[in-house]
Amino acid sequence: MAEITYLEAIREALDEEMQRDANVFMLGEDIGAFGGAFKVTDGLMAKYGESRVIDSPISEIAIVGAAAGAAHMGMRPVVEMQFIDFVANAYDMLTNYVATARYRAFLPCPMVVRGPSGGYVRGGPFHSQNPEAGFIHTPGLKVVYPATAEDAKGLMKAAIRDEDCVLFFEHKYLYRRIKGVMPAGDHVVPIGKARVAREGNDLSIITYAATVHKALEAAEQLQAEDGLSVEVIDLRTLAPLDDEAIFATTRKTNRVLVVHEDTRTGGIAGEITARISESCFAHLDAPVLRVTAHDIPLPYAPALEDFVLPQVNDIKVAARRLAAW
Amino acid sequence: MLPLERKLELYHWMRLTRTLEERLVALYRQTKVVGGLFRSLGQEADAVGSCYALERRDVMSPLIRNMGAMLVKGATPVEILKQYMAKGDSPTRGRELNIHFGDIGAAETTRGFLGQISPLGDMVPVMAGVTMSFKMRGEDRVGLVYVGDGATSTGAFHEGINFAAVQRLPLVVIIENNGYAYSTPTEKQTAAKQFVDKAIGYGVYGEQVDGNDVLAVYDCTKRAVDRARAGGGVSLLEFMTFRRKGHAEHDNQSYVKPGEVEAWAADNDPIDRFVRVLLDREKVPRSTLEAIDARIIAEVDAATDVAEASPLPQPLDALVGVYADPPAERPLWYREGADVSTLGKERAEGWGTYDVAKGAAL
Repeated sequence: MAEITYLEAIREALDEEMQRDANVFMLGEDIGAFGGAFKVTDGLMAKYGESRVIDSPISEIAIVGAAAGAAHMGMRPVVEMQFIDFVANAYDMLTNYVATARYRAFLPCPMVVRGPSGGYVRGGPFHSQNPEAGFIHTPGLKVVYPATAEDAKGLMKAAIRDEDCVLFFEHKYLYRRIKGVMPAGDHVVPIGKARVAREGNDLSIITYAATVHKALEAAEQLQAEDGLSVEVIDLRTLAPLDDEAIFATTRKTNRVLVVHEDTRTGGIAGEITARISESCFAHLDAPVLRVTAHDIPLPYAPALEDFVLPQVNDIKVAARRLAAW
Repeated sequence: MLPLERKLELYHWMRLTRTLEERLVALYRQTKVVGGLFRSLGQEADAVGSCYALERRDVMSPLIRNMGAMLVKGATPVEILKQYMAKGDSPTRGRELNIHFGDIGAAETTRGFLGQISPLGDMVPVMAGVTMSFKMRGEDRVGLVYVGDGATSTGAFHEGINFAAVQRLPLVVIIENNGYAYSTPTEKQTAAKQFVDKAIGYGVYGEQVDGNDVLAVYDCTKRAVDRARAGGGVSLLEFMTFRRKGHAEHDNQSYVKPGEVEAWAADNDPIDRFVRVLLDREKVPRSTLEAIDARIIAEVDAATDVAEASPLPQPLDALVGVYADPPAERPLWYREGADVSTLGKERAEGWGTYDVAKGAAL
């Protein structure tokens, strides 16, 4: 089997699910003949027609709202936010309407809202954000953020088949930089299960998306330079959080570093830290530490972006402090 | 033109709307209604006449002041009373209020109304999606969504109607111009002379009608519904009416010009107007209308008894059904006696996708 990129893995998942289920359709800006700003949906309109790959007006509220209405009626919409930053326009529709639909009115909302997110690509403000924390705070939504090509495909297929609304964050830095060999057959990765990306005994790094790769790189260097054995947990799903995996690694290494690319205050690292504190306090040999972006809008210039976003060296500095506690 | 028999049905629905709301006012004053009470006094014709133009297979999304439309579409007085009293066996099991409940799905199994949320402009994109599913599946069904003057100012309204127009969806958008959005008068809501003018901007058909004339409302809506069914796309209808009560019962309408409410009540009550049509033009004996009124009072009395006797929800029911899977939220550890091991078992019916087997495993 040939290796394919993270982006191609997502396209393969969309293609296979459209093939499998006639209720699956795509809705978004410039996703049809053009194939999307990043070409994730390239070729799908040619294959499935413009009634199933629908070019929409620039209307995030309408796209998400229409997807919800169609989902109520038994369709399986997959909507693209051209950049996930623009999902803020549909925040009301997602949090007030979609997230509450099943609870308040027994209305199923099986839909996926997907889009390129994250930085490290010199995109500047509006094209580099990680708005996941706002949605994790909303009961009724699921949030998925894969770090590997295999997970990108398997989790996308699970998201499309899920009975609830799934926000599917795709890291644009990973789109064409990483590759994977897809398992044969119907490759579905369950939502809500974290993955041990690297086994280790001295300390744990809990992370997701692009920073999984930064954490793995840091772990290799810490092993070589300090002889530290670092475990790396790739959360894969942020809502619901895999408490079992978080607590298991905490009980194993007794030292936890949470790393994410999102800004610090109100970020998911705080939630993970609180859960560990409530449930595993007796297993901790050190405070849970965080490596995150600074609390500022993401700047454009490489020197500025590099300083603001978590880098391999930041993770190493924090890990050494944790190990020495 | 509608035959007399169906005109009497229109009278029945308008009278039922008013009688049921008057009963709710009494229950509200007895503190049996939980939360606010929202009246449609003076707007019964616009809700009833428009929804009456739909077929059962069609789907409608109402506003708070469209209880009449809900009744026409099959919601029952007992459901509405239970909702207002937050009963455990109300359509939303005490999770949602007043007429915020729905019944949609396959044409042959559901009544076809979709419970709204409070940011009302949001229902336009959602109904665009509902009608998009009709179009994609080749179903002969139409959608109708109500908005008030206030909701027309939202981005969701604009985005939804623009999307539906571009996609030529079978959707009828009704703007009920009743003069006020809460306390804000129409002239502070829009600089447009009339809402129907917006139809031009969206490239859709527009029509304005006297919202207190139930037959005119029916005819206007029927034309729009027929147009949608025939593939003619979106229509934007503006109904001219007036909100004779405050936003809700707690609102004393201090912002309304003196005499305005009284003038509308005296000269433009939709039920009084229709009674005159039935008596004078249609030569209906007064006793026929009185018999309808008596049947309605008996129905509302019986529904009130049932709703009052209904149980309140159990607190643990709050934890069920946020997601399809897992089925129930776990109670927080400091809630004494919070045991969900049997939650949902005794009431599996009607709980949608709640999975009893998984619930038991919690």
